[in-house]
Parts: sequence; structure tokens; C-alpha cells
Amino acid sequence: MTMALQLWKVTRRYGSGHTEVIALDDVSLGVAPGEMLAVMGPSGSGKTTLLSLAGGLDSPTTGTVSVLGEDLATLSAAQLARLRRNRVGYVFQQYNLVDGLTAIENVALPLELDGVHRRRANELATTALESVEIGDLADRFPEELSGGEQQRVAIARAIVGERTLLLADEPTGALDSLTGESVLRMMRRHCDDGGAAVLVTHDARLAAWADRIVFLRDGRMVDETLALLGPEALLETAGN
Amino acid sequence: MSLLAMLGERPMYGLELKHSFEERTGGVWPLNVGQVYTTVGRLERDGLVALREEHDGQKLYETTAAGREKVATWFARPSKKLAASRDEMVLKITIAMTTPGVDVRAVIQAERRALIEQLQEYTRLKVDAQQADDLSWLMLLDSLIFKTEARVRWLDACESRIARAEMEPTTTNETNRGGAIPAEPQKDEVRG
Repeated sequence: MTMALQLWKVTRRYGSGHTEVIALDDVSLGVAPGEMLAVMGPSGSGKTTLLSLAGGLDSPTTGTVSVLGEDLATLSAAQLARLRRNRVGYVFQQYNLVDGLTAIENVALPLELDGVHRRRANELATTALESVEIGDLADRFPEELSGGEQQRVAIARAIVGERTLLLADEPTGALDSLTGESVLRMMRRHCDDGGAAVLVTHDARLAAWADRIVFLRDGRMVDETLALLGPEALLETAGN
Repeated sequence: MSLLAMLGERPMYGLELKHSFEERTGGVWPLNVGQVYTTVGRLERDGLVALREEHDGQKLYETTAAGREKVATWFARPSKKLAASRDEMVLKITIAMTTPGVDVRAVIQAERRALIEQLQEYTRLKVDAQQADDLSWLMLLDSLIFKTEARVRWLDACESRIARAEMEPTTTNETNRGGAIPAEPQKDEVRG
């Protein structure tokens, strides 16, 4: 099975000598197709660095990063850019939608920039918007949408077409708890449909939507979740 | 009070009351039928419920006017605050802070991981409840999730306090912030 994402002994250092900072230190992990992984840790623990490396936005000092079986270090700049555009989607706390474009135009934009014919791009964008349950808002401009709806447009843009690996950095930051939950439900559905996602968050309630959670501290992976508790143990805990 | 409130909706037999309570609370607080009859007996003694009829030893209960008034008051008034109780996790971590040879961060992380695994399970139950459109079970699960999350946030705050304290000039040697105190400390280092 080809992993959606594989980090092998990845270290990322910034600076050198006495100003050197080790943002990520010897981290190995994999995300399988269909899996949602959450990365938790306090500020400065290396969460965002991990996400930047996973998306090919940054390169490791040592170690390898593979996305959908492609070792990013072996790709040319053009190949890497193509992989990032076609196979990887990003969702951030800020929705980063283009104000002058409608929801469907925002979602279709990366495809059109990649040379996909407008009609085909619109078809794919419609499918993506429907998958996040806002197909009826396709012609609205961002200013006409609530925060939760804008974030759903951002998710649709992140999973449109062949984009398989979804990378999300605190994607529900400004949203109320139920709206934030709906965003997580959309990410969950993407994974249940065969995609994969990495969610970076400091919020345990959101991380709990993931299949597996890894914990970073000072750039090192210090722990990860074990097998789930059975329902009997749960009820026993709740009863107490 | 919740049994009394449910009897206010319609008369019920004891076993029916037990099943109705468990169904509406998702089985989180299972009752045995003996508990139900003891409670209903107490309510009857206090004039809040009355026996309506009895068939083959099965007793059908209903609320009285006093019972309905009691339920209305229960819904209208805020619930009693929980009394501060001994919390094993809180005790363990505060004791670990001053126990030589204990890596407090490892203790915190073990607690955090267990709580988050519990949150994962609650979240799965919530997905099922959403599909079943079971609103009261969803709200009960939300309550469990927010309570568990609050415990994780307390652990996060503990870790931040420890990290901040480590960066400040040391004024006391009391705390064990990261397993830095040797396993066999000098006699004068051992406190509590």
C-alpha cells in the first residue's frame, strides 16, 4: 500500500551555531489512505514545521518526506510544484478565499491555473462543494458567507479534483464549537472516502476526530494514542 | 428528580421508568430496578407521586400536584454546584510535582493520552448519534466531551506553568519539573 504521507527520520534545523533551532528532531510517521492523523503539542513544539514539510513547502535538513509514494527530495522544482497543486490541499485558520470570486470560482481556481478547462474545472468544483454540503452556495461571494461556510469552501478547494492529502493547520480557530465540528466532519468524510488528512491542533476536542494522534514536544514525537477504549470502559468512566 | 420529571409526562410502571431513563441518557447511568422502586417509594412517601393502579403486582405510578410543582421548580432553578471532591488525576500530578524521581511531564502525558483516547470514543459515539438524530444523547455526549476537554486543558496549563517556571530564576527547590531530580536525592532534598 502506498502511504499518503511518510516522514522518515526527519529533522529540520534553522540557523547554525549558538542560534541554531531544532524545529523537528528525528520524526518518523506515516499516514495511510483513509486515515486522519492529528498532531498535537504546545506552541513551538514543531507542529507547523511538520505540516510545511509534509506539503513540500519546506525541506528537511535530514531524513525523507514522501507524498503518495513520491520522495519529495527527488523531484524537480516543477514536479514538486505540480504535486503540491494536484495532490495536496491546504486549510488554514484564515480561509484565504479570493474576495472577488464566487465560491465555485474559488474552488475551481487552482484547477484552472493548472490548465484544466473551465467547464471541467467547474464540474469538479461543483462536486467538491456538494461533498461539503454547500452546493447551493456556489454563486455566493465570500462576504456573503458565514465563517463556517467560508471554511467549507476552503475545504472544497483543498480536496477538489485529484487532491488526496489534506493538510489543515488549526482549521476551526475562529469558529464556534458546533460550526467547528461541522468542519471536522467534512475532513472526516474526505478520509472515509479514501483521502487522507493531517490535522495540526492544540485542541483535544478536535484532535479526537482523528484515527490517531501524535504528540510533539520540543520538536520530538513523544507519544501517540493507543488502541481505543471499549464502550464498557467508557461508560464506567462516565458513571464515575 | 429526573424520575419524577419523567413520571410527570405520563404514568409509568417501575420497569418502564427504568428503561425510559436509560434510553434518554444513553445508558451512561444504568439503574437497577430496585433503585427505581426505592426512589419511587420515597417519592410516594413524600406525596410527590401516587399509585394509580396495580395489576398482577405491577404498580402504575403518576405524579401528584405537589410532584408537578416540584418538577417545575427543578427546571426553573439552577442546579446545585458540585462539591469540590478529591480528583485522583489532580492529586497525582500535584503530588508528583514534589516527589523526587518522578517525571511530572511523563505523568501529565500519560493522563492526557488516556483522556484523548476517551474523547476519540465519545466523538465516534457522537457521529453515530448524529446519524440517528438522537438529540438528547448528543447533548449528553457533548457534556462528557466538554468535561473531558476541560481536564485536558488543565493538563496543558500545568505543562505551560512548569515550562514557564523553568525559564524563570529558581527561588525554590521544591518542585520536580521534568524528572531532573535524581532518583536517589540527598536527604535534605526530600520533602513532604
